[in-house]
Amino acid sequence: MDNSLARNSNLLLYFFNSLGKKIIKIINELGAIVIFFILAFLKIFRRKQIHEIIQQIYYIGAKSANIVMLVGLFTGMVLGLQLYYTLTKVGSSGFLGSVVALTLIRELGPVLTAIMITARAGSAMTAEIGNLRISEQIDALYTMRIDPQRYLVSPCIAASIISFPLLTALFDLIGILGGYITGVVLLGVDKGAYFYRIQAHVDIIDIRGGFIKSIVFALLVSTICCYNGYFTHLRTDSYGARSVSLSTTSAVVLSCVTILISDYVVTSFLM
Amino acid sequence: METPLIEFKGITKRFSGKTVLDRIDLSIYENQITTIIGKSGSGKSVLIKHIIGLLSPDEGSILFRGKPVDKMKKKEWEEYRSRISYMFQNNALFDSMTVFENIALPLKQTTNLKKKEIEKKVMSRIEQMELLDAANKYPAELSGGMQKRVAMARALVTDPAIVLFDEPTTSQDPIRRNIILSMIAHYRKKFGFTAILISHDIPDVFFISDRILLLWDGKIAFNGSYEEFYRLKHPMIDEFLLSIEGLKDELTGLLSKRMFRSRYDILTDQRNIGNIITAVLFSIEFKMPDEINGSLISTEILKALGEYVNTYFGPLGGFSARHSSRKILTVLPYLKPEEVEKSVHDFALELQQKTLTGSAADVRECFEIEVTAGITEAGPSDDIENIIEKAEKNKKIIALYKCGKEDS
Repeated sequence: MDNSLARNSNLLLYFFNSLGKKIIKIINELGAIVIFFILAFLKIFRRKQIHEIIQQIYYIGAKSANIVMLVGLFTGMVLGLQLYYTLTKVGSSGFLGSVVALTLIRELGPVLTAIMITARAGSAMTAEIGNLRISEQIDALYTMRIDPQRYLVSPCIAASIISFPLLTALFDLIGILGGYITGVVLLGVDKGAYFYRIQAHVDIIDIRGGFIKSIVFALLVSTICCYNGYFTHLRTDSYGARSVSLSTTSAVVLSCVTILISDYVVTSFLM
Repeated sequence: METPLIEFKGITKRFSGKTVLDRIDLSIYENQITTIIGKSGSGKSVLIKHIIGLLSPDEGSILFRGKPVDKMKKKEWEEYRSRISYMFQNNALFDSMTVFENIALPLKQTTNLKKKEIEKKVMSRIEQMELLDAANKYPAELSGGMQKRVAMARALVTDPAIVLFDEPTTSQDPIRRNIILSMIAHYRKKFGFTAILISHDIPDVFFISDRILLLWDGKIAFNGSYEEFYRLKHPMIDEFLLSIEGLKDELTGLLSKRMFRSRYDILTDQRNIGNIITAVLFSIEFKMPDEINGSLISTEILKALGEYVNTYFGPLGGFSARHSSRKILTVLPYLKPEEVEKSVHDFALELQQKTLTGSAADVRECFEIEVTAGITEAGPSDDIENIIEKAEKNKKIIALYKCGKEDS
């Protein structure tokens, strides 16, 4: 009896010990990410940054535009299709324009755009910075007195802050057009009603909410992706090219999960 | 006593419990070339990474002109770092940038120079390093040797006061290796920087070094000149040289200095007191306006001279070794002095006709080569350094090439 009690209390101790260690590790990691972000963010405003930021806007923003438009178009078309049948059931198909626009502007636009950019540009950020780290190029920057965080991370964060809202706007616009194609062109909803309802029901608060979300996602995605690449050499589970690939996977998964969690948090604050 | 430029005091560094540097004390002096040698994985790169701040010591302190670097204010620390440049073992070139962009990067990011000034400075380095054809190529399109030269150009483009070279000559052929080392020596003189080198290329690296540091089991096992290093009889140095230095000098095909010394010692032991041997010191003097081409031609001529000395004096029972970057000492134990004189005369005629004229044929620029020979006699009490000193006093020009005019 005594033995089993002792064994149980040992197991309990082991459980809490490992749980505590994991929680401390997560808190430490979160603290490190926050410090990493603050330092990199402040370095955006240093001199000689404009050229690097423009270059990153081209990679993160301009080069992601096509994929964002394609996804936006089909998301809008699917929404048009699904919502038309739902609204028809309750006899409100005339509201299709406003429902498509509000869904896109308030929710799907920022979230799907952020996920698409994470997949396209976020993974590239981690892989590129990770590669620079394992081939000692980050150390080389340091020896040349070029602050690696300023030179590599800050432009990514600045470019994300600029690109995410712009691409979200593009996604929303193309999505609304997608809804128009299925709703008006294919299913016969009145063209005037489609645009009138959008104008009538979409407020500036909805648009502002969408943009706030896209900026929050920009900060999270760029910080998580750059952080994972920057400290890829500290991974204990792998080395070299393998550590870069694992860091890239972690960055993408963590970014997507964080986008969804923060979406809920920001939405609840905005409501 | 001269204050060291950089001083290590009791530096200890551990990685995962393993002590790599164990209470290291060392001094690096201004305007000298200090070479750090040691077996692979002995912590040489770790040691020099401490100088630039890429690693921090677990114990001890590093002093710059007597001031601890860990106690420097931010501005002082930045100023200290601005004087240092680092050439990485694996080059650490930015593979998404061209050669030009790689070399221009530190100037673009850390100076206020105008675009044209940067371009001029970078192009001059590119030209000096013979990289003109590669200026717009990416590092992946270049050979290992060319990548090394790009890394070196990038390290020197900011005109640093201290340059840390982490194995600058690996993956180079013997000729290119000597050229790179000559270039380091030349630029050190020209720009007046202090060089700290890590290299395995013995003896080539010794010829340009003012000071040798041997890192052994985490400690500095030897600190002194290259002559002292070879003179010191210690099992550890023997073990190290045996593992690094081959039996032959890779560039010239002559004996390695260690083998030469062993053969000379055996010869001294076998000789009766009063027996005299003859030795010849061959030297190459070279004058050319362009240092890069100059290094290339003089290295090629030294290589040819070494091979030729071997072929000519080997069958006569002689043995030779390179004793500095442009000097070869030949010992001829079985020939009388007058026979040596005649042999050297015949050798000079052939050298003039075959080697000098042949090597100079491809060079467009005007230049001068003088090959001198100093013949001396040595008794059993003379050590190699004495012989070189005596032979140096007797040197005469035996072959000459001057802007297309040969003489002997």
